[in-house]
Amino acid sequence: MTNANKNSNYISGKTGDWEIIIGLEIHAQVLSSSKLFSGASTEFGKDPNHNVSLVDAAMPGMLPVINQTCIKQAIKSGIALNAEINKYSVFDRKNYFYADLPQGYQISQYKYPIVGEGSLKITDANGEDKVIGIERIHLEQDAGKSLHDQHPSKSFIDLNRTGVALMEIVSKPDLRSPEEAASYVKKIRTVLRYIETCDGNMEQGSLRADCNVSVRKPNGDLGTRCEIKNLNSIKFISQAIQYEAERQVEILENGGVIDQETRLFDTSTGETRSMRSKEDAHDYRYFPDPDLLPLELTDSQISEIRSDMPELPDQLVERLISEYGITKYDANVIAEEKEYVHFYENSAKNRDGKLVVNWMTSELFGLLKKNNIQFNQNPISPNYLNELVELIENKTISGKIAKDVFEIMFATSKSPKMIVKEKGLEQVTDDSAIEDFVDQVINENKDKVIEYLSGKDKLFGFFIGQVMKVSQGKANPGLVNKILKSKLK
Amino acid sequence: MSNNSKIDLDTLKKLGKLSRIPIDKAGSNKLMEDLNKIIDFIEQLNEVNTDNVSPLSSVTGHNLPIREDVVDDGNKNNDVLENAPEKNSGYFVVPKVIE
Amino acid sequence: MSNLLQFSISEVLSLLEKKEFSTKELVETYINAIEKTKDLNMYLTTCFDQALEQAKISDQNYLNGNQRFLEGIPLGVKDMFCTKGIETTASSKILKKFIPTYESTVTQNLLKEGAINLGKLSCDEFAMGSSNETAAKGEVINPWNFEEKRTPGGSSGGSAAAVAAKAALAATGTDTGGSIRQPAAFCGVVGLKPTYGRCSRWGIVAFASSLDQAGPITRNVSDAALMLQVMSGYDPKDSTSSNINVPNFYNDLGKSIKGIKIGIPEEYNSNGISSDILEAKDITINFLKENGAEIIPVKLPLTKYSLPVYYIVAPAEASSNLARYDGVRYGHRINGNSLDEMYENTRNLGFGDEVKRRIMIGTYVLSSGYYDAYYLKAQKVRRLIKNEFNEIFKQVDYLVTPTTPTTAFKLGSTQDLLTMYLNDVFTVPASLAGIPGISIPIKLDNNKLPVGIQILGKDFDEQGLLNVANVIESCASFKDTPNGAAS
Repeated sequence: MTNANKNSNYISGKTGDWEIIIGLEIHAQVLSSSKLFSGASTEFGKDPNHNVSLVDAAMPGMLPVINQTCIKQAIKSGIALNAEINKYSVFDRKNYFYADLPQGYQISQYKYPIVGEGSLKITDANGEDKVIGIERIHLEQDAGKSLHDQHPSKSFIDLNRTGVALMEIVSKPDLRSPEEAASYVKKIRTVLRYIETCDGNMEQGSLRADCNVSVRKPNGDLGTRCEIKNLNSIKFISQAIQYEAERQVEILENGGVIDQETRLFDTSTGETRSMRSKEDAHDYRYFPDPDLLPLELTDSQISEIRSDMPELPDQLVERLISEYGITKYDANVIAEEKEYVHFYENSAKNRDGKLVVNWMTSELFGLLKKNNIQFNQNPISPNYLNELVELIENKTISGKIAKDVFEIMFATSKSPKMIVKEKGLEQVTDDSAIEDFVDQVINENKDKVIEYLSGKDKLFGFFIGQVMKVSQGKANPGLVNKILKSKLK
Repeated sequence: MSNNSKIDLDTLKKLGKLSRIPIDKAGSNKLMEDLNKIIDFIEQLNEVNTDNVSPLSSVTGHNLPIREDVVDDGNKNNDVLENAPEKNSGYFVVPKVIE
Repeated sequence: MSNLLQFSISEVLSLLEKKEFSTKELVETYINAIEKTKDLNMYLTTCFDQALEQAKISDQNYLNGNQRFLEGIPLGVKDMFCTKGIETTASSKILKKFIPTYESTVTQNLLKEGAINLGKLSCDEFAMGSSNETAAKGEVINPWNFEEKRTPGGSSGGSAAAVAAKAALAATGTDTGGSIRQPAAFCGVVGLKPTYGRCSRWGIVAFASSLDQAGPITRNVSDAALMLQVMSGYDPKDSTSSNINVPNFYNDLGKSIKGIKIGIPEEYNSNGISSDILEAKDITINFLKENGAEIIPVKLPLTKYSLPVYYIVAPAEASSNLARYDGVRYGHRINGNSLDEMYENTRNLGFGDEVKRRIMIGTYVLSSGYYDAYYLKAQKVRRLIKNEFNEIFKQVDYLVTPTTPTTAFKLGSTQDLLTMYLNDVFTVPASLAGIPGISIPIKLDNNKLPVGIQILGKDFDEQGLLNVANVIESCASFKDTPNGAAS
């Protein structure tokens, strides 16, 4: 890698280059039916305070009992992130007051998290692999929701989310640019969705990130960091980091110092601002929750989960490349979502994998985007894409016709074979029929024929185009080429 | 026992802030005195050698019991809101929170 | 029928079965007794209408011969237990008008077996205290020499006083550092703190989660066995509840104690212990010897560190457990202009001084920079104390100690905090170790006040504890009744 490449991550200031150091804490909502410590549902979008048990509302005398699935999901996530699973972990109370924190403490894991160090491979800005260290994953309770816009002088509290299990995935400060941070979040999201431990739905808040950002002179001492809280889209994560890094550079270059603080990202202005309520340093007074006992796992419990792991995105990319002969880039695109993989593997059965991947990533994704349709609402079934590629492969239709067929498939969800048949779009491969088309074109363009024969070779393309036109695109381009050549001598 | 007070007025105010119990001027001296008396008393523990002793946070002998992941609770918003000092449209209501 | 108040649970059960009187008559008699002893300030809330309704059901069950284990037994319930539809305040202003929509597991177990709740009994605020003086609605007066206005002890002062004053046939209590045993001793009744994990904590207002344990306060040992049997049992809703067999405590009472080894710890002998109490201990030792037990002097040198450990661990847990009383979802709210102001107003006026002190201490020992020096240190010493008990129970089967250093003192007479805390010096060690303990009355002192003796046993050996207590009880033959009792 060249230095020029490497420096593309840097911010260039008045005093020279600055390197951005980023660490992320991702809060991923664990996929489970009930909450971490209560039997209330985790379902999104219910009426206020409906998914709330007496335990979640912290009624006097209520006690937590841990959910088996949440433990399993954390272990699975740890395994997927190549992390050490800790056989001994402890649930602590993190004490602070807030209107949507009914207990007055959050049950979390402090000194002894369930998952230790791990790593995740991402693709950096230059398309190269980069390994990002994972510090830990711990389980904790989500808080409720405060609504501040319902009343001029009151806040409204909904506890539906209170107590839903979260995994906090803490990265090492290994990320160096907003793009890398975005790539890391995307990859985490992909992995968790693969193994079905988090639905990754960022709009609903199932995956959010706190970003720790600092800047330094390349290879200099680490700077003071600021934490940007609660970002719920990949775009906001990049924007917030970029803004924050530039803000810090400006302060430092003007002789200022960075205050270690918590900041909020204002999505309307694209700026970060200091959180007023955090003036007083917190003292969370963590201590082991006396209502719970340490969580002790056995080797066999862990290995059982390990042996039951689905294929992970990195393994899948390798397999797609070797099995279908597609590029790493394409394999990565397909591997991004499990539903893409499912679609792709079904469409590519017995077909040319490269051809299928092109159709999928350019035509299909293009049309979906143009029509603003989600992939899971995609009107084309994998069988039909398979069929379409088959029609191309066996030369029933040309690539060009195929695009028209594809658009009709997209609009009508009909089978490509039926469309081709209905519209009579089969490719003409009959020599005499093509000869007729060629003759017609030569007759209608006598002047051009003279020009061509006098040496204007470029006109050959014009004749091909005309023949295709009169054949309504159905003439086999190879045959047209051959016959035209022989007739234009 | 030690005469230098562990809990001074600043510490007391910090404790008050953390526990959301305001410290009123009138009672603060008496409270400080009481708390320091207790602190002095509990500092007797310094006499005990606890090298290589692991802390005991529960006397319970069994492992952490684990619950099946089934929805068997919730949907009792009336119960949940029954005792609320202030509620509106199914929400608990508190003075406005400014972030 | 003569005075129904005189009968114990087992007597009442057999008399009800024989239809000597009805549950309705029994409940009415107790309601009357509660009215008569009103000045002792024991009940915070009564639920006579529901009690009488329940009595009808009980009478029907007796008529049909399908009576349950405690059918028709009128009980008082400490205000720390959440009771469905009945105001539950933990004797604190902050829970004023809190009406739970749920019933604690322990009281539910009792109701399910036919017991009848007469009302909620006063205690120290959030069970923090040893004299009942921190109760929001004022202190309970000990029925012994009631005109002298002595403390019933605490925190289960209302429970012990009500059982002694015959204003309940039995009562539930909770014990965090002696809150069942100490008031039982002060009121001349039997108080049993089971092994930690024996009774579910679900639905009991939490004070210090690693120490809190529910137990019965009764007229005699066999009643304690009957109550414990129903109160006990595994509860999947409490992660610290033990999934362990509950013996038939009552049926198995009465075993000989011949050959069992009783340890007498020399450290349970602090300064200021009254001679009457030492005498009661000697009398008890003689009873035990007469019944063939082997008496072995033992040493528990860490005993003196139990109170300092307790006054770190219990306030630390309490500071966190009491954070939920914030005026948002239940209880008494005092409004303010901001959320924090509302919190502060609510907690300032809602909590009494002792509760505030303990929250402050708890907050301090957990705060950053002090955690290791105080909280962690206390947990380590707690481990050593637990180990010390484990070792001693390899040598002896039970320990016998005084329950308290003094008998009931006059209300308002103890101004000094630490002097007050020393009340629990003999009861706290068992709480820290999680082992069961029982206090039974032996005699009256010079002031005609009851003296209690404590027996401690191994984890989950309540049966043995009850057997030893049963033997001592029959030897001591303590039959006195307080002058403040209903008749």
